[in-house]
Amino acid sequence: MIVLKDVLALLDGELLTGATAPEAAFWKVFASDLMSDVLTAAEPGSLLLTGLANGHVVCTCSVADLACVVFVQGKRPAPDVIGQARAKSLPLIVTKMTMFEACARLAGRIEDGGHARR
Amino acid sequence: MPAAESAYRREFPVKGGDFAKAGAAACAIKELLKDLGLDAATVRRAAIVAYESEMNVIMYAREARMDLTVTPREVRIVVDDRGPGIADVELALTEGYSTATAEMRELGFGAGMGLPNIKRNADVFAIDSEVGRGTRLDIIIRTNGHVTP
Repeated sequence: MIVLKDVLALLDGELLTGATAPEAAFWKVFASDLMSDVLTAAEPGSLLLTGLANGHVVCTCSVADLACVVFVQGKRPAPDVIGQARAKSLPLIVTKMTMFEACARLAGRIEDGGHARR
Repeated sequence: MPAAESAYRREFPVKGGDFAKAGAAACAIKELLKDLGLDAATVRRAAIVAYESEMNVIMYAREARMDLTVTPREVRIVVDDRGPGIADVELALTEGYSTATAEMRELGFGAGMGLPNIKRNADVFAIDSEVGRGTRLDIIIRTNGHVTP
């Protein structure tokens, strides 16, 4: 498990959507640029790390009950995508870190249940 | 389905190539099922089936009608498209097999997981396809059923 404020600190992230409790908890982490993989393998309540920054990410997370998205390598989604996420109460974070570095940092901290620890 | 059983029905048109509206039908179906009081796991499975089906129509077909029927026992989603059809259904059901274009992959789709994932989330899955005519999917998710990973 990892909470929002720790994700922001570890990834030097910027919260794009606001209005999310700093203690909001994410039980698993899933990393992929393929929304097909997210729909197939990500578990509900997971945090998604991705390099894809279009509206399909928000829609996919909504459909599959994912709880947070981190866009890596400074990939900032368009304002309308941020608006869609706000409407669905889905927190969006952007980090300048690469996918590998972001995964490594979260894998080093996430407690019980993270895919990286299995 | 017993004739006397009450049912909620609604249909959603899906237009091929309309990537801007991708997910609109699936998100509407998800909200409807939540409003109808179905459990979260059933709603998620139905939403994934609807979204994968919707994306398949947008990527490959000209148009389709997605019919949603909800009874106290099951969620049924029927997707009837007009499009190129599938020459080898068994191959299309193989995980990883895809005929997607580079544009589709850039959007995060076309990994060859769509039909297998629809089948995986269904309790009853039927597909009928004719080359040059189109493809019909008939999916049932039992509200008291379970998904086998």
